[in-house]
Amino acid sequence: MAKITFKTSDGKTTTVEGTNGSVMELAVQNKIKGIDGDCGGVCSCATCHVHVNPDQWNVTGAPDELENDMLEFDENVSEYSRLSCQLKVSDALDGLVLTVAK
Amino acid sequence: MKKSTLSDPFKEAREGKGFGEMNDQNDPVVMVLGHKDVRKCAHNWKTFQSGGEEVGRIVIPSEVHIRETRQIPFEVDPPEHKGYRDLLDPWFKRPLEDAYQAQLTDIINGVVDEALEKGSLEVVEEFSLKLQSRALTLLLNIPYEESELWISWGTHVFRSEDTALDADKANILYDYIDAQIDKAIANPGDDLYSVLLASEVHGKKMTKEEVKGVLVLTFAGGRDTVINAVTNSIAYFADHPASLQRLRDEPEIMNTAIEELIRYFSPLTQMGRVVTEDTQVCEHAVKAQSRISMCWAAANRDERVFENANEVVLDRKVNPHVAFGFGTHNCLGATHARQIMKVLLTTLTQKVKSMEILGCKENIEDLDEFERKVGFDSIQVKFNKL
Repeated sequence: MAKITFKTSDGKTTTVEGTNGSVMELAVQNKIKGIDGDCGGVCSCATCHVHVNPDQWNVTGAPDELENDMLEFDENVSEYSRLSCQLKVSDALDGLVLTVAK
Repeated sequence: MKKSTLSDPFKEAREGKGFGEMNDQNDPVVMVLGHKDVRKCAHNWKTFQSGGEEVGRIVIPSEVHIRETRQIPFEVDPPEHKGYRDLLDPWFKRPLEDAYQAQLTDIINGVVDEALEKGSLEVVEEFSLKLQSRALTLLLNIPYEESELWISWGTHVFRSEDTALDADKANILYDYIDAQIDKAIANPGDDLYSVLLASEVHGKKMTKEEVKGVLVLTFAGGRDTVINAVTNSIAYFADHPASLQRLRDEPEIMNTAIEELIRYFSPLTQMGRVVTEDTQVCEHAVKAQSRISMCWAAANRDERVFENANEVVLDRKVNPHVAFGFGTHNCLGATHARQIMKVLLTTLTQKVKSMEILGCKENIEDLDEFERKVGFDSIQVKFNKL
């Protein structure tokens, strides 16, 4: 079980709980604004872009090469950017705070 | 080679110089081929613009001589682009709603049932065009019956047999949209025309010309592309019965299968941009006011990104394809297109045992340096019931 907090562009903060699947799927199930997950999680659409709380960068780790490539030319990219479809929900992510990029 | 195979004509150029050259109506295009270069150019909307003065120039073949209406938001650059896109995005995400998907399922069930009853049919005209037209009534939120007129136009709304672009034919569509806008003004409803006419962008009410620009984009952008995706899907599963069986047995791979087929098909080969300053692409100098294109079809076969790029790998997990474009101007109709694919593939697994290609005529695009098969002009297929 992991509690994950999303900060969205409308100024809202929402904390949701999940046990499996990807963070993108968890966000879509909970209708988190700005996370669309159009491609279903194959790293193609970049509609699940989040900024990881810098203090927790070690929790998520950095993106792999392909994910990094997709982020490289995305709008609003930061050094703490991840595609949330590539983050697997697990106990390790408990307490994670993500800011939705869109 | 199987009939459904779409080969990669760009390999040598992509891995060598990285670009290709095409002379489109004496307005040459430097075609960018590699995955990274394509994304880089799509991202750089200041140097490679969509919203220049010459409407229709970013389309290849160029529509400068057949169109005056600016397609919106497609031919508008940031920051103005955002106002239009923000208005349109929620409407074009409606395919995610349950009621929309239920209606789409009815439409696609109907088309597949017709095919099974007939046994054998020409898929482009009698299957894909019907499916595309009927599904479009949902996207516009207008009565189903309207699709009959669009089907009667045939597949070649923008071209005749001997020419890629035909102004008289294109005018049929533009005149039709004008008439529909006037109807919506006289009698507003909850269709896309009426909703746009009642909307404001940048604090100003949408003009008739702007509404027309959105509708021309919706009709033109979603026609050949969807028809190619649907037709190529039928051809692929006809040639690969084990893949259809696999989807039946493992419905959990549906999503990756859809993205993979879209990557492999790349129904839109390329999209152009106008260069705003002297610069370089792939270490090749390009001048201000010239054109480049981002070749989605070439980028989607880039072996540096996709292992076994010429194979359809239905459970490909990481698949950063650019078949719907990339960045600011990525495809507005992608949600609708993905739902069409999802419902189509699901329906095929439920109703169709196998399919057989009886004959076909390939649709080959002449890109000067390259010839690319994008689909079929016609393909006769026999459908066998499950």
